Amino acid sequence: MKKVVRGFYSVAYAVKLCKPNIICAYPITPQTEIVENLALMYANGELENCKYITAESEFAAASILVGASAAGARTFTATCSQGLILMSEVLFNAAGMRLPIVIVNTNRALSAPLSIWNDLQDSMALRDAGIIQVYVENNQEAHDMVPQAYKIAEDKRVRLPFMICMDGYKLTHAYEPVDLLDQNVVDSFLPPYSPEVYLTTKKPVAFGCYAPPHIYMEFRVAMQRAMERAKEIMEKVFADWAEVSGRNWGGHLEVVYPDSKNFVIAMGSIVGLLRKVVEELRNEGISVGLVKLRTFRPFPVQELRKSLENAEKIIVIDRSVSFGYEGNLSIELKSALYGMSPEVISFILGLGGRDVPKDFLKELVKNAILGKEKSGFKGFKEFEEVIP
Amino acid sequence: MKIRLNIGAISEPLQSEQFKTGDWGTEWSFVDREKCTACRVCEQFCPDGCIEVKEIEGKEVAVVDHNYCKGCGVCASVCRYGAIKMELKELFKVDVC
Ligand code: SF4
Ligand code: SF4
Repeated sequence: MKKVVRGFYSVAYAVKLCKPNIICAYPITPQTEIVENLALMYANGELENCKYITAESEFAAASILVGASAAGARTFTATCSQGLILMSEVLFNAAGMRLPIVIVNTNRALSAPLSIWNDLQDSMALRDAGIIQVYVENNQEAHDMVPQAYKIAEDKRVRLPFMICMDGYKLTHAYEPVDLLDQNVVDSFLPPYSPEVYLTTKKPVAFGCYAPPHIYMEFRVAMQRAMERAKEIMEKVFADWAEVSGRNWGGHLEVVYPDSKNFVIAMGSIVGLLRKVVEELRNEGISVGLVKLRTFRPFPVQELRKSLENAEKIIVIDRSVSFGYEGNLSIELKSALYGMSPEVISFILGLGGRDVPKDFLKELVKNAILGKEKSGFKGFKEFEEVIP
Repeated sequence: MKIRLNIGAISEPLQSEQFKTGDWGTEWSFVDREKCTACRVCEQFCPDGCIEVKEIEGKEVAVVDHNYCKGCGVCASVCRYGAIKMELKELFKVDVC
């Protein structure tokens, strides 16, 4: 059923169809309306076999979900920015305990200075947690990702938390036509969650126990293997989803104009803008393609190497930075392409919601291809540092 | 031979008994049976549950299990009768220059 809805609703509605048992969250802009919508559905009795728990902080919300997930519940939370990093202590634990919690992170800048607007710095900070990360381009993709996230995360061979990253405001607050899924489609795709081992008084166990040096390392190796297996399982789930829903979002990557000499690579909603930029540049006779990176963890190294094997120049659009080094996606991409020799130009832009107009982006990409633009921050005002 | 790894570090009850933490600390607690009144305060406070009041030679006294005592000194500081002393382990009685 196609409806014009906001990003919040597209997520909340999909979560409802996945029949979660425990939803627990703490409000934070621009996520709040996702859980507000869920709270409303809960209050209206639309969520069967589910409990909505209000927490006193994101740390508490994540902790409650760890307990719930360990007890065998299908769990959901949404957060971003300071909320996500406040959850981080718990989320690293959830990954180690191999709990398939699904989180929607509505990407927002980190403090300080305080900003409620969008960039990707928050989820990048959780890169090494052992959480699967997928970035979506629009609200339909966010909607479609929810059942897939549960299916992947809950797969016995994976059992890791799953974070769907969607741009705050740009997606969450945007009205878009979204084809809302039917309950029976989701039911046929996503089986109920029934782990073999869970917290119960009948057969008591503890999760995430103490591991001295003689055994700790094995658990971390197991997490890495689970991530590697996830890479394959995700491809399969993505393909199954295309079949079930009739919408094919591609694999870990989507490559537009694969035979190009130059490529732009990016994640999230800015990909929509880049599609237009690439079209316009091609009309001007410039050979440029687009790589939309969907899966950031596990990082699809082989897929990237294959898609970019004939690329002469790659322009990376980053919306986060590793201070003291460079844009996060750029770091990852260069490492993945080690031994290959394309020129990589990395632009860091759009931080803290800084607008990225299409013509500005087009000029950057064009000039980079023409060899007239160097890597670095773009779209900021020059300044003199002063101590007031 | 391959070991078996419980995914998520899931553990069944009482596994911690296998972790003998008695070699962690530099000190151990010792109870003076004359002074001990068997009030059980130390038993409540020991974070490792390794001090227990038992009957020894017809008298109830606190007994430390040195297999697990981590040497934190909590028992010694909560005992109101001055019945617990922390003692440096032989191993650590070395001259440091
Ligand atoms: S607190 Fe002191 S007196 Fe009381 S049981 Fe322990 S050792 Fe004995
Ligand atoms: S020193 Fe600490 S660990 Fe040892 S018996 Fe006393 S309270 Fe327990």
